[in-house]
Amino acid sequence: MADFIDYLFGIDDSWFSYLVAALVAAVLILHVVAVGALLFIWMERKISGRIQDRLGPTRVGGKFGWLQTLADGIKLIAKEDITPDLADRFLFKIAPYIGLAASYAAFIALPFADGVVGQHLNTAVFFVLAVLGLEVFSVILAGYASGSKWSLFGAMREAAQVVSYEVPLGMCVVVPVMICGTMNLTTIANMQSGFFTNWLVFNDPFTFLTAIIYFTCATAGVNRAPFDLAEAESELVAGFHTEYSGLRWSLFFMAEYSSMFIVSALASILFFGGPHGPIPIADILGLLPTENLGSGSAQAFNENADGFFAAMNVQVMIARVLGVGNLILKGVIGVTLMMWIRWSFPRLRIDQVMTMCLKYCVPLAAIGFIGATAWQYLDLPTGNALVDAPRYEHHEMWTDGLSKNESDVEAEAEAVESVEEVQTPHANDKVTDASSVTVKTVPVSVEKGGDQ
Amino acid sequence: MATSKIDDPRVIEFDVRTDEMLINMGPQHPSTHGVLRLVLRSDGEVVSDVEPHLGYLHRCAEKIGENLTARQWIPYTDRMDYLAAMNMNLGWSLVIEKLIEYDLPERGRHLRVIISEMGRIASHLVAMGTYGLDLGSFTPFLYGFRERERILNLFEEVCGARLTYSYLTPGGATADLPSGWTDKCREFLTQFKEVIPELHTLLTTNSIFVSRTAGIGVMSARMAIDYGCTGPVLRGSGVYHDLRFHGEERYTEMYDGYVFDVICADPETGKYPESNYEFHGDKLDYPEIPRQAILGDCWHRFYVRMLEVVQSVRLIEQAIEKYEATSGDWGKPIKLIQKLPAKEAYMETEAPRGQMGFYVVGNGDSIPWRVRARSSSFCNLSVTAPLCQGILLADIPAIVGSLDVVMGEIDR
Repeated sequence: MADFIDYLFGIDDSWFSYLVAALVAAVLILHVVAVGALLFIWMERKISGRIQDRLGPTRVGGKFGWLQTLADGIKLIAKEDITPDLADRFLFKIAPYIGLAASYAAFIALPFADGVVGQHLNTAVFFVLAVLGLEVFSVILAGYASGSKWSLFGAMREAAQVVSYEVPLGMCVVVPVMICGTMNLTTIANMQSGFFTNWLVFNDPFTFLTAIIYFTCATAGVNRAPFDLAEAESELVAGFHTEYSGLRWSLFFMAEYSSMFIVSALASILFFGGPHGPIPIADILGLLPTENLGSGSAQAFNENADGFFAAMNVQVMIARVLGVGNLILKGVIGVTLMMWIRWSFPRLRIDQVMTMCLKYCVPLAAIGFIGATAWQYLDLPTGNALVDAPRYEHHEMWTDGLSKNESDVEAEAEAVESVEEVQTPHANDKVTDASSVTVKTVPVSVEKGGDQ
Repeated sequence: MATSKIDDPRVIEFDVRTDEMLINMGPQHPSTHGVLRLVLRSDGEVVSDVEPHLGYLHRCAEKIGENLTARQWIPYTDRMDYLAAMNMNLGWSLVIEKLIEYDLPERGRHLRVIISEMGRIASHLVAMGTYGLDLGSFTPFLYGFRERERILNLFEEVCGARLTYSYLTPGGATADLPSGWTDKCREFLTQFKEVIPELHTLLTTNSIFVSRTAGIGVMSARMAIDYGCTGPVLRGSGVYHDLRFHGEERYTEMYDGYVFDVICADPETGKYPESNYEFHGDKLDYPEIPRQAILGDCWHRFYVRMLEVVQSVRLIEQAIEKYEATSGDWGKPIKLIQKLPAKEAYMETEAPRGQMGFYVVGNGDSIPWRVRARSSSFCNLSVTAPLCQGILLADIPAIVGSLDVVMGEIDR
């Protein structure tokens, strides 16, 4: 993006380009968050309505009540912003902003398709998880600052729950990182292109297990039922947001819904192919030419303008739009699944939530991790190798790469931490190798500003 | 560790301890079923002591009853257990009939069975739905209400009201069932039977539901009797007692010739009576009792209600046939200013929430000299404090919900 601005204004590597690029990306992502929340709240109402044998909203906005959330949003903006007398005013007011900012910031590193990303990060997985983990602060602050005992209970529960569930969540996320040898989400997604057998969830039985554990822990991590103890209305009135009203209250909800989308989108990138659909339509139709594709990388337009326009041709744009559509669809499916669970099950008790985390999720995540490591180390057949499907990608390339560096593989088996340390630098090398060697793949640009 | 001795009592900074928190749960709390107020003494999530406070819905119903005639007080009984107003009407009607020694025609007897058992289903559906709500599951609540709405539609056709019916009166009922009503009732029963397994799937056998309710709030049979618990709460503890079988003759004769089971687990074997639930000619078994469930816990209380609904369906099916087979008078209401003899009468009936008793003393006038109601929910609620000791905060809605109290009946 910054390169594009550079090109437009005929300037070179200016702070101005970066500023404009950042602003454009921020505004675009803000729309994803806001519109996403509007859509998801409406969806939740319709879905819960269908599950409960009623209609849900039907009137506002003509058909299907699709403007209901907007109407509610206007109502919430018009409401009085009340701060209780007993509240710690500053913390009380700042808490919802922290929550929204955390889930909003996580979108920066989330690639919607190859090249459609706020900022390329080589440590995108780590960034998303770390920033999303900050959301717990808003809940704790809200609960603590409200000056209400019920809110305090909600905050206590949230703190205990989210911090515990980050352990198995992290262990699950490490598995795709280890298999792909990179923390770059774009690279992880592109390694799963081709038919759906390439998806990491079908890589081996252990990744399948890991994907399920990941989804469970993610549901707990974003406080969705049956883990929504922090806002358990039958016990804690409304939990941490009991004392909030109006816009501040709605910020909590926007944060919740966008976090739901983030964890679902992350699941789809890590396990379900990300922007790559089950059938590589773009490849089959030849929308992604296997040669002459600079992917809009920096060299392409810096060297000559024609290269840039070649990269920006209509076919590639269509392929990217398809990719964005795929990712959003998968994210929405994940969110729908969470909604389905929420409206079907009772809520767990706090001790059962902790038991589930410590007695089931952590050991199962550990088994998944060790199993997946062993699978890679022993070079057992992946799901892709079992199916006789035409290949549009060299899916096996990372296993090839791994067998070259057996010392690295052993190091992985030792400890989780060492994987991140050892793999990341070597992954960078390998990915650049891959983009130059495998001609058939869409080359993956990992340089700074290599996005569109 | 709890009592570490410090020599100088002024030195408190080394005495690190946590304080107990006193929390008000209600009367505006979403899961205290109306205006119950519980004062919790809690240490973090663990609640050491619960004290229920009553009286937020007190409307002097008994005193009003001493200023109105027997029939005039019927609307006030509606507002006691407003979720099963028909059964409240029935209890008052029966005690007045006992006082004035009035015998109901047979058709009216069957009509009352149909109406009161329908009321029982409607009430248990709310109990079931709100219990799901207490445990954080919203959907069964609406499923329950969907079915309840159908019953209310039927009641509306009968008496014009959907909540406070004032339909059964001393002497019989304000009107006979409208023509064609029994067919609609049959239709309702047929489709309601399909829904029962759905409700079992959503709650009774749901593993999260089981883990939230099984082994929680265990009440022994001895304790249930000691505290005067009645209805499903008593039978959930394995006490074989149902006034429709064991009550006064004036009440049990209403059920003469009917075949149904008292839903109560055998304390020896822990088994419930065989399923008599048939649908499309197939016998459907009751769901299995989960391994974790202990007789007298929240799960059993819930289960008893679920199975009682099936028994009510059985009763209504029989009652409709008997009602159609008999002809003649259904029992006209007594006069509005019926003189009550200078005697006293007390009678308990099996309302959905337990034994609802009414006591009335006449003095030769049409206005009774003394009116008193014995509330089943009041006694059932009294076990809250002993059951809620040393439990987690989330168990309080589970226990209070399983007792299924209605504050209108407790406070009157």
